[in-house]
Amino acid sequence: MSTLGKITRRTFMVASVAVVGGVVFGTYKYKQAVPNPLLGSDDAAKPDFASLNPYLKIDQNGVTVITPRAEMGQGIHSTLAMLVAEELDLDWKTIKTEHGPASNSYYVGIMMEAMAGHMYDHSTKANTIRDLTHIPAKFMGMQLTGGSMSTPDGFVKMRSAGASARLSLTLAAAKEWDVKASTLKTDDGHVINPANGEKLAYTALAVKAAAIEAPAEPPLRDPSQWRYLGKSMPRTDIPAKTNGTAEFAIDVKQADMLHATVKMSPRFGADIKSSDTSKAEAMSGVDKIIQLDNNGFAIIANNTWRAFKAADAIEVEWDKASYPEDTAGIFKAYEDSFKTEPNGTFDEKGDVELVFADAGGDLVEAEYRVPHLAHSTMEPMTAVAQVKDGRVDIWTGSQTPTGFRDAIMKLDESLTEDNVHIHTTLLGGGFGRRSETDFAVSAYKIAKQTNGKPVKVTWSREEDMRHDFYRPAAIARFKGVMGAKKPEALDAQIASPSIFLSMSKRSTMPAMGADPLIAEGTTGQPDDIENMRVRTYTPELDIPVGFWRSVGASYNGFVHESFMDELAASKALDPIAMRLEMFGDLAPTGNKVVEKVAEMAKWSGGKGANGVGRGFAYTLSFGAHTAQIIDVSITDRGIKIDKVYCAIDVGTAIDPRNIEAQVQSSIIYGLTSAMTGEITFENGEVVQSNYHDYPAMRIHETPEIEVAILENNPRITGVGEPGTPPSIPALANAIFALTGKRIRELPMNKHVDFI
Amino acid sequence: MKLNINGNDHDIEVEAEMPLLWVLRDEVGLTGTKFGCGIAQCGACTVHVDGQPIRSCSHPVGQIKGKITTIEGLGSPDVMTKVQEAWIEHQTPQCGYCQSGQIMSATALLSANPSPTDEDIDRAMAGNICRCGAYPRIRAAIHAAAKSMKEA
Repeated sequence: MSTLGKITRRTFMVASVAVVGGVVFGTYKYKQAVPNPLLGSDDAAKPDFASLNPYLKIDQNGVTVITPRAEMGQGIHSTLAMLVAEELDLDWKTIKTEHGPASNSYYVGIMMEAMAGHMYDHSTKANTIRDLTHIPAKFMGMQLTGGSMSTPDGFVKMRSAGASARLSLTLAAAKEWDVKASTLKTDDGHVINPANGEKLAYTALAVKAAAIEAPAEPPLRDPSQWRYLGKSMPRTDIPAKTNGTAEFAIDVKQADMLHATVKMSPRFGADIKSSDTSKAEAMSGVDKIIQLDNNGFAIIANNTWRAFKAADAIEVEWDKASYPEDTAGIFKAYEDSFKTEPNGTFDEKGDVELVFADAGGDLVEAEYRVPHLAHSTMEPMTAVAQVKDGRVDIWTGSQTPTGFRDAIMKLDESLTEDNVHIHTTLLGGGFGRRSETDFAVSAYKIAKQTNGKPVKVTWSREEDMRHDFYRPAAIARFKGVMGAKKPEALDAQIASPSIFLSMSKRSTMPAMGADPLIAEGTTGQPDDIENMRVRTYTPELDIPVGFWRSVGASYNGFVHESFMDELAASKALDPIAMRLEMFGDLAPTGNKVVEKVAEMAKWSGGKGANGVGRGFAYTLSFGAHTAQIIDVSITDRGIKIDKVYCAIDVGTAIDPRNIEAQVQSSIIYGLTSAMTGEITFENGEVVQSNYHDYPAMRIHETPEIEVAILENNPRITGVGEPGTPPSIPALANAIFALTGKRIRELPMNKHVDFI
Repeated sequence: MKLNINGNDHDIEVEAEMPLLWVLRDEVGLTGTKFGCGIAQCGACTVHVDGQPIRSCSHPVGQIKGKITTIEGLGSPDVMTKVQEAWIEHQTPQCGYCQSGQIMSATALLSANPSPTDEDIDRAMAGNICRCGAYPRIRAAIHAAAKSMKEA
């Protein structure tokens, strides 16, 4: 993170950042192996401990694969372990996975690839630039789970770790038996000598193998030889999640542990004006109440519920907010931002103004609005912290362990990477919320005042809902003119706060000039349109905004795809036929997902059999071309979502059953937001507080979701997010086909009733 | 007060109005039962009292009459119940946080109704939120558990 600050804004932005990175840091240094954080870990002191690289720990108990991405439901521990097991010949039944420590060695190499050009561009030049971005990413050293990056980032890295370890273990066995390594085989955690049938377990060879230097990136097996990859393996984390033994942050137990909660200012950035904590302090079980900076309280008690009750009993008057106090005022600020200079201009080609000037009655215009959204993970924000003898321990579910470590180090100069220990537990949902460090930082501040005792800080659902880093609201204004078969001109203006700017105020992340996230999903699409322009505008309000599953694409999918449907409808064109025209030759992979979903749904237009309305949408996000068709019908109790068809291209499918789960999950997350998701403001405070007024889709509302996984893309992609963006417009377009009503404002329950 | 939890008697000294959830989690140390909302909206805290599913976050412990079963009392990690087995077979959990509650609700449904229809499942499980949206597999696992319970 510290290195990131040295990269200037401009160089961070442009694709040539990679080249600059190479010069600044030196390719030689880039080629050097990262340090192995396991060698300095608490485990390393145990007898028979061996670690052949940062991803493997071998001891008496067997082989543990370090899977340094947050397990938040996406099954990433099993996916990463499969990649290692494939090359290392591990027995799946005995495999163990662990988050491992916070370490810059676990950086995301592909972090900046998305900034290196359009994701549908697979030319040699584009691929070279993408690869070069790995250099500055290494020096940023950011251990992050997000952006659907974990699988593509680990695809070579984890297999190389397995192959390299296999080589060391084989060499160790060859030495032991005094035979040539090339004559040996490996299987199910053993090196085998086929000549005499002798076997040695990896656990017995590990200490010797650790002394042997093997190439870090040996050749990898051909996919035709794969034993695990491409198959659906039982996930390692699932048994514990069916019997109550899975450990989330909220379940961590430490000796003499206290229980606490927080009561933060309901107006972001607003201080305490006056307060009286005496009533709360006198309540049963309350240990003490402390002020957190000047905008919140921590209630330390011997039981979480007693802490909750005392939090309610604190009397406090808060200052006013710096931003408009209600939703209408906030949207007014968005509208005003259109009058300012654009923050960025993207995908500009041809001359839209010229086409619009001649368009006359053919000009199609539409404005769309989407609200702020909360993540509402099932597990409210929780962290256990202990500060004792100069050492800090934090147990929590974190999507950015190095970010958590650095945020705490920043608060005390005596803290270093060696004495701040982040223990990552399972995450009770992440969706981007747990990449923010706020809840762990406040737990640290609380633990500094408990005389060395560990303290578990659990937020109430209400605190969680009202102190999120929200998916920003947005207003998008589209103009377009149709040609005979596809749009001739497309102009988009999008007003939404910059997440990077919001983050720069609370972290070491530098602010960016033009924030590409505001428009991602409208930009970066394989739109072969001659005249195009996308401009972004950033209203600056001190309402914290952050990464929410699929980020900018979560609303750009809706606005871009709704407008495409409007354009097609304006000329009575079939939206799928128009789309295939529009792609041209830009994205053969995109054509195939669109053709596939049309085939799955037996598409013959928006009017289906038996009065069903059908909507189509396509979004390229996080590298994955994703197309959906949604069927809806009218019942006497409202609109019913009957069925969702989804075709997604992941390049290489590591675990099809898990991919299906992720795609279904991301669609349900998107449809939830489409139907009912809305955070509003009154008096500068968030109105919604719990699941009664910020609902989540329930089982009886959930349609059947059929998923087809394609593997045509030249690069492997992640799957945690790409299902979300097209689900929202596919529903809106289906409702249009069914009712003739065009929904341009979310959530949709403002305009139609759902069953 | 005395509580019988998973077949064991516990002597607990807490306020009668403390919700059962926080007795289980912070006093007894049984953390398999989860806190999600605190107002009986999400079902993550579902436990059984004499076999009936209740939302433990909203039931004062003083009002509990009957034997309490939590997720830890269903099956052991080595010997799972048919419902738990079906959950694994269908790879149902994602983040897993809501799953204790889902399994408790599903177990209560199947003991009352060994052959639930989709509509029965909708009714019995509508109180349990899963933000990961594991619903398709929750439904499949309940049908599978019903089938294997009949075969047993």
